[in-house]
Amino acid sequence: MAATEIDVKYVAHLARIALSPEEEQKLGAQLENILGYIEKLNQADVSGVEPTAHAFPLVNVTRPDETRPSMSNEDALRNAPAKAGGLFIVPKIVE
Amino acid sequence: MLNQLTISELTARLAKREASAREATQACLDQINRVDRQIHAFISFDAADALAQADAADKLLASGGGANMPLLGVPIAIKDVLAVKGQPLNCGSKILGNFISPYDATAIQKLKAAGAIIFGRLNMDEFAMGSSTENSAFGVTRNPWDTARIPGGSSGGSAAAVAADECIATLGTDTGGSIRQPAALCGVVGMKPSYGRISRYGLVAFASSLDQIGPFTKNVRDTATLLEVMSGVDHCDSTSMPQPVPRYASNLEGGVKGLKLGLPKEYMIGGLDPEIKQAVDAAVKQLEKLGAEVVEVSLPHTDYAVATYYIIATAEASANLARFDGVRYCARVDGKDPIEMYGKTRGAGFGAEVKRRIILGTYVLSSGYYDAYYLRAQKVRTLIRNDFLKAFEKVDAIVTPTTPTAAFKIGEKSDDPLQMYLSDIFTISCNLAGICGLSLPCGFTQSPKLPIGLQLLGKPFGEETILRIAHTYEQSTDWHKEKAPLA
Repeated sequence: MAATEIDVKYVAHLARIALSPEEEQKLGAQLENILGYIEKLNQADVSGVEPTAHAFPLVNVTRPDETRPSMSNEDALRNAPAKAGGLFIVPKIVE
Repeated sequence: MLNQLTISELTARLAKREASAREATQACLDQINRVDRQIHAFISFDAADALAQADAADKLLASGGGANMPLLGVPIAIKDVLAVKGQPLNCGSKILGNFISPYDATAIQKLKAAGAIIFGRLNMDEFAMGSSTENSAFGVTRNPWDTARIPGGSSGGSAAAVAADECIATLGTDTGGSIRQPAALCGVVGMKPSYGRISRYGLVAFASSLDQIGPFTKNVRDTATLLEVMSGVDHCDSTSMPQPVPRYASNLEGGVKGLKLGLPKEYMIGGLDPEIKQAVDAAVKQLEKLGAEVVEVSLPHTDYAVATYYIIATAEASANLARFDGVRYCARVDGKDPIEMYGKTRGAGFGAEVKRRIILGTYVLSSGYYDAYYLRAQKVRTLIRNDFLKAFEKVDAIVTPTTPTAAFKIGEKSDDPLQMYLSDIFTISCNLAGICGLSLPCGFTQSPKLPIGLQLLGKPFGEETILRIAHTYEQSTDWHKEKAPLA
């Protein structure tokens, strides 16, 4: 793990968050500081250790493939910023 | 005054018709009107709706109905991160705009089925990211014991509302200590159940492998009551565990004789306020007097916990908060195409701490960095978890301070994110390991008089043991009877 210069602009683009130049700069400095602290994890001996994704992993939690009541179209659209004809309206994706 | 009662005291009065649910609810509303402008625990509440629920409860009580409804007529307020049908859901953020929840969280459904009056949206750090409730888009919540100080976070509103007797109990959530820490700083009882004990359906996700819902109450008995009502497997949450639900509220007596308590040697070191150390030492001596045996244990990977947490939690958060994009909900900011819309909506709607954590989480998952950060953190998480499982082979519960200091001043740490993160040192490992933990009052600092919390950590699904220890200690002291001067 190298203490690298985090490319805030690039990562913000991955995260789809538009940052102002001031925000970019301030965040960059704060994140450098935090990443510097996180370097200490390099000292841990993790050879042969399995990663933990969940404290109590369950497997194959399934239910029968039966239709059940779920949210109505009306309820699902209730908080839509823009809607029409039972659909969410968004800016054009494909020209 | 009815708002000052505990759940068991209020339900007893309601059952005997010595008081009505409407009177109890009105007492809470009156208290809110009296004190909330000083502490701002509530973002909003619907008084008319609360009273309508109270009237319905009174009808049931009068007709002799309400069997198997242990919370009938009890007003409980809710952290703004939990879905309550027909009520606003904002997670302490601007980004959700005027979102009204179309459904009830499972935990809320269970409380309603038990007869509780569910009202209010309690203030919190935005998307549960914070330890002081200074990151809310709706203003700061103040500690009822000293309004120049923080109540803790992220469930600051939930803790403050109980401490100020604005309602009988509240719900919060805990991902790295966000129930236990504010409970300690506000002098109330707060519990994080084992991961998977309470369904997360309807809890807006921050870190899916760490989040749990839990109660804030005035005593341990009430915590046991709420835990019993809300626990259980849920087909809507496939991470909820199938373990049967014990009768938590009926198994509190039994004392601590024969129980072994572990004191982790790595916790009682530098950075721990001497008054807190003194109070915790005294509490441990009290538990020994009551019959418990105290031994030293070691949790050797403690020092890695904060770093591990801030990789895993932020990584999971970056995925969970991707849904706030302006498509199906949110205060949308338009763009010429969806990508621009996402960027602008999220840039305008998220606060600084949320942005910080999403960016960090995205970075540690990104190509070229995933192995060095995220995968390594997951492996250290295994080591931390194994520390606890090994300790629990020797002891029945682990005892620690909940926080390294009492409530600090508003603004004191808000400029240094890393300092803020380091204050979570005692609570964070519990979530990484998936075990259960609670905080209860064990004393006060001298001047100013600020609450100190004792933390009990239990085995996975070992809630009964820590509830019993907590109840025994609580009943042998008077800490839980002390009220904040403002209340």
